[in-house]
Amino acid sequence: MSMRSELGKVRGLGAAHEGTGHFWQQRLTAVINLPLVVFFVWYVADHIGADRAAIVASFKNPLVAFGFGALIVSTCWHMKLGLQMIIEDYVHGHFTKFGSLIANNLYAFGLMGLGLLAILKMFLGN
Amino acid sequence: MPPPTSGRARPLSPHLQIYRPMLSTAMSIFHRITGTALAFGMLVLVGWLLAASMSDGCFALIEGFFYNWFGRLVLFGFTWALIHHALGGLRHFVWDTGRGFALNHVEWLVRANVIGSIVITLLIWVIGYGVRG
Repeated sequence: MSMRSELGKVRGLGAAHEGTGHFWQQRLTAVINLPLVVFFVWYVADHIGADRAAIVASFKNPLVAFGFGALIVSTCWHMKLGLQMIIEDYVHGHFTKFGSLIANNLYAFGLMGLGLLAILKMFLGN
Repeated sequence: MPPPTSGRARPLSPHLQIYRPMLSTAMSIFHRITGTALAFGMLVLVGWLLAASMSDGCFALIEGFFYNWFGRLVLFGFTWALIHHALGGLRHFVWDTGRGFALNHVEWLVRANVIGSIVITLLIWVIGYGVRG
């Protein structure tokens, strides 16, 4: 006999109240990261030794700007989910865990914002 | 979790140390280590983007780091971490479909992960140096 309520079974969210959301987003961003990393490696190989003017000029290409923007968003989100899992596994103290999870969010979204800002500045700037 | 009220440490069940170390175990741990290393690597990537967007002085500073031997070593390490983590991710996709759990398949997958990550990393750097001429 199951001890779970009918409503709980229908919602299917389990004890963490978020179901398979974390797992699914981890996989989704992983799949998106793969072609973006191939693009990134190609870009770096194509721009070894380039000066700043050439790098800024390359970001005028909307495909490059979008590619880097997508890379930053997807990898930062993937990073946030991954580090969160490691924190939840290894940091047990109530306050240290809570603090680490907050710091993790600040780190991921801070990097995402700064990265996007830099890309936009090069794409739109003169 | 509330703090324990008695001063005596409570006994814990045995954990990883009771198992024989195996390559598959090491790969699982390496997936987390490379992931964490890449999280720090994001700092370098975003730093490079910011420097390029700001000024010649900032850009010269970060490029100067990439062009000495220590910076090269760090970048080489990040390349390997990136490829290793990506291949490890592919391994997890195979497992997500419910396939590849036979012991010989697990062994094959983790060996392919190690060898593949080293070969692809070297290939990227050989091509990189080739492009630079």
